[in-house]
Amino acid sequence: MNPEEIYKILTDKFGESVLGFDTELAGDPNIQIAPAAIADVCQYLVETDTLAFDSLMCLSGVDLGAKEEEFSVVYHIYSMQHRHSVVLRASVPKTDAHLPSVSHIWKTADWHEREAYDLYGILFEGHTDLRRILLPDDWEGYPLRKDYKEPDFYRGMRVPY
Amino acid sequence: METTQQTESKIIELKPFTDEMVVNMGPQHPSTHGVLRLELRLDGEVVREAIPHIGYLHRCFEKHSENLSYPQIIPFTDRMDYVAAMNQNWGFCLAVEKLMAADETKDFAVPERAEYLRVLICELNRIASHLLSFGTYGMDIGAFTPFLYAFRDRERLLLLFEKICGARLTYNYIRIGGVSEIIPMEPGSVDEQNFLDEIKDFLDYFEPKIDEYNDLLTSNSIFSERTMSVAVMSAEMALSYGATGPNLRGSGVDWDLRRDEPYSIYDRFDFDVPVAKDIPELGAVVGDCWSRYKVRMDEMKESVRIVRQILAEGLPDGPVMADLKAVRPPKGEIYFRSEAPRGELGFYIVSDGTPKPVRLKGRSPCFSALSALQELSRGLMVADIIAIIGSIDIVMGEVDR
Repeated sequence: MNPEEIYKILTDKFGESVLGFDTELAGDPNIQIAPAAIADVCQYLVETDTLAFDSLMCLSGVDLGAKEEEFSVVYHIYSMQHRHSVVLRASVPKTDAHLPSVSHIWKTADWHEREAYDLYGILFEGHTDLRRILLPDDWEGYPLRKDYKEPDFYRGMRVPY
Repeated sequence: METTQQTESKIIELKPFTDEMVVNMGPQHPSTHGVLRLELRLDGEVVREAIPHIGYLHRCFEKHSENLSYPQIIPFTDRMDYVAAMNQNWGFCLAVEKLMAADETKDFAVPERAEYLRVLICELNRIASHLLSFGTYGMDIGAFTPFLYAFRDRERLLLLFEKICGARLTYNYIRIGGVSEIIPMEPGSVDEQNFLDEIKDFLDYFEPKIDEYNDLLTSNSIFSERTMSVAVMSAEMALSYGATGPNLRGSGVDWDLRRDEPYSIYDRFDFDVPVAKDIPELGAVVGDCWSRYKVRMDEMKESVRIVRQILAEGLPDGPVMADLKAVRPPKGEIYFRSEAPRGELGFYIVSDGTPKPVRLKGRSPCFSALSALQELSRGLMVADIIAIIGSIDIVMGEVDR
């Protein structure tokens, strides 16, 4: 199945929660999903036999620029059974970045969501163990945000050099 | 009537656990393959929970990349999985090339000669990587000899890599649009012939060695006892945790990107994909530590097969670099995955049409595989943890990026 057909199935099923289908840019087209519905959409994609998206290849947070008002969370999912893939995108406002977790659907999302939380500060509701993963627990700020300024000192050590 | 003493002894029986003890394993520990720290919660020698703490080797690869042009990022990918750096270079270059190919106004293709060189070098690099995995795994389990043998053979491969790109570990050899020409090798020249002859000599020497290593370690009874039926990862679990490559095939899933989603020129070669099977007479179960290890041993043979096919055909004539004025992918985004020795290496690139990426994410195969460790190790012995870590074959440079 190609992304266009999957988009059609999702709009029939979820209606307004499916916000659009972006094909203008080069590369992979992606389906925009309302953040509140992302876990339900993923659950449906996994459980429907004709779709059967059994593997989450990659989950990434994205910040397109300091002037943008939204972060995106991008899900690259794949079905080993049917050998098709699709890209989902959920955009959350930077001031209140939270969306439901998918870690109960694919276990690999556990660490990927922790990474997105660690580096972007996006909160995943329903994640059982949302804490920093790559950075120290007492690190301040979220480094992959475009407006991030590194601290001068960390525990008495100079940071920029 | 029960005496107080009797009641007390009953209470003791009802409480089968001793006090929980927390032990830090790592970050400085030779058998954690780098700087991995495990917080072990122990009941005697039984592991109740092994919680991995990572990030000790975090070097902000993704943040750095946002401030570098695409060709400048290639040396950084070397430092992700430094044991198989050629494959990391290649994965990144493939992703950028695919995004550039999406721009129809520009027409470029990777030259044939470069494609052959890429497959040749990356398959040799896969052998080098699996050799290291084999050697250190033996040492983890307590066998020192395989380590020395593996490093002796790996040394010959590193010398070959040094001849073609001048570096032994971090190569920066595969570039966007082709391969580096830092050490010129004219098509049909004596240099090329010598280089190919040297590879052939290595393969002739190495192929019988694989059987020797199987005799030495794979069928060794101490090694088998320690690894067979230990930490069985079912196919569903492996898929859910995103385990890929030899870890996934060790769980019995017949999946290899080189065959199932062929990129570059892999569709021209004839090779098998080793998948783990139950071997009742030995005691091996699909998905145990031994199966994951065995898949790697078998994969070395397949890599030898691929390289032999290239040597038989010979390298085609022509340039090794595409005619590229500048590396400037169009506005858009791409996710591309390739089969690195440790599994599926993906790069997610968001481009805004400038020479620098807006966002670059490296999807590391070890990162996903390591997340299964907590569930795999529950209820096993401390010594089994060492067997699991070695069998999922992690490189912390790639986990932490």
